[in-house]
Amino acid sequence: MTTFRWPASLEAYERVRQDPHRLGHRPHGPGEPVAGAGLGETGPARKRIIVGYGFWIYLLSDIILFSCFFAAFAVQRGATAGGPTISDIVELPRVGMETAALLISSYTCMLSYAATNARNQFWTQVMLLVTGLLGLVFLALEFQEFAELAARGIVPQRSGMVTSFYGLVGLHGLHVTLGLLWLGTMMAQVWARGFVPEVIHRLICFNLFWHALDIVWIGIFTVVYLVGSCA
Amino acid sequence: MSAFKSDTRLNAGKLDDGGDHAPGDEPKEDVGHWVRNANIGLGLSALLTAGAFFLASSQSVWGPAIPVGLIVLGIAQMGVQLVFFLHITTGPDNTNNVLALAFGLLVVLLVVIGSVWIMDHVTTNMMPVEQMAPIRP
Repeated sequence: MTTFRWPASLEAYERVRQDPHRLGHRPHGPGEPVAGAGLGETGPARKRIIVGYGFWIYLLSDIILFSCFFAAFAVQRGATAGGPTISDIVELPRVGMETAALLISSYTCMLSYAATNARNQFWTQVMLLVTGLLGLVFLALEFQEFAELAARGIVPQRSGMVTSFYGLVGLHGLHVTLGLLWLGTMMAQVWARGFVPEVIHRLICFNLFWHALDIVWIGIFTVVYLVGSCA
Repeated sequence: MSAFKSDTRLNAGKLDDGGDHAPGDEPKEDVGHWVRNANIGLGLSALLTAGAFFLASSQSVWGPAIPVGLIVLGIAQMGVQLVFFLHITTGPDNTNNVLALAFGLLVVLLVVIGSVWIMDHVTTNMMPVEQMAPIRP
């Protein structure tokens, strides 16, 4: 009894269906390679996939960096040295506004990418601009918070808890600042060069970066602010 | 290369239409798909955020349960963002991304849970300051 084999063209079709992006982690079916079926002859994955994957690896390493700061905060949370506790630091209304600004900026960032896919220069720029302005609102609120805390004498060298608080929230703010610089660069590049493949790859990476910052902020407002407010 | 191969419209519907898929990038879909995705993501995120802020200031929930509930809501919202904004799916184009995410999560959990666990035990087992005082010369 011989095992049933599809004709070579159908096998090739099945292979493309299972692994349409040539990532190479799907078995290529039983038996010997069929001539013309594309096994080992389909070439490497496309640049856009490799760019997205590589940037995703960077983002995960960045999230691991943040996890170290989260761990430091969790460990130092009670180390107040007789000074202010975390519930003295938290001001929920401002955190709510910061969260709203960042969440809506994530939304407009995604809309800008929808416009990019439609190759619509105007809406891409408008949505990127709104994203950047909301990012600026977020940063302004954070600066206001830090300034008010410093005016009350709550500076990083006060206690271990305050140090890790400034470290974690400040690191996220630093990322948002760098993201805004990147956003401005991308607006200039889209305007000057149009939707050439390199610019689109960078827009993909910027989108991933901005959404990853939003995910980190979810962790911060949950673990630092909300849990801290009811401590 | 012949004109037939270089013209992508003629190649539409073939085995390999030259499409590129990556996280945050599915150019085959139309704009409506992206906007719909963004709307669902924003709606779910707003609901979860509002729920978290409500829960934090709520008086009707047993106190010690609030931090647990907040963390659950936070993790749920991270999942929403991963699916609707970062487009991590179970599709074949995403297998490598999901594997990298799984490894990243493993490292994150090891760092956070390990640190809290170890430092908690260090604090618990540390000799109280009152007992240390007589040892000093």
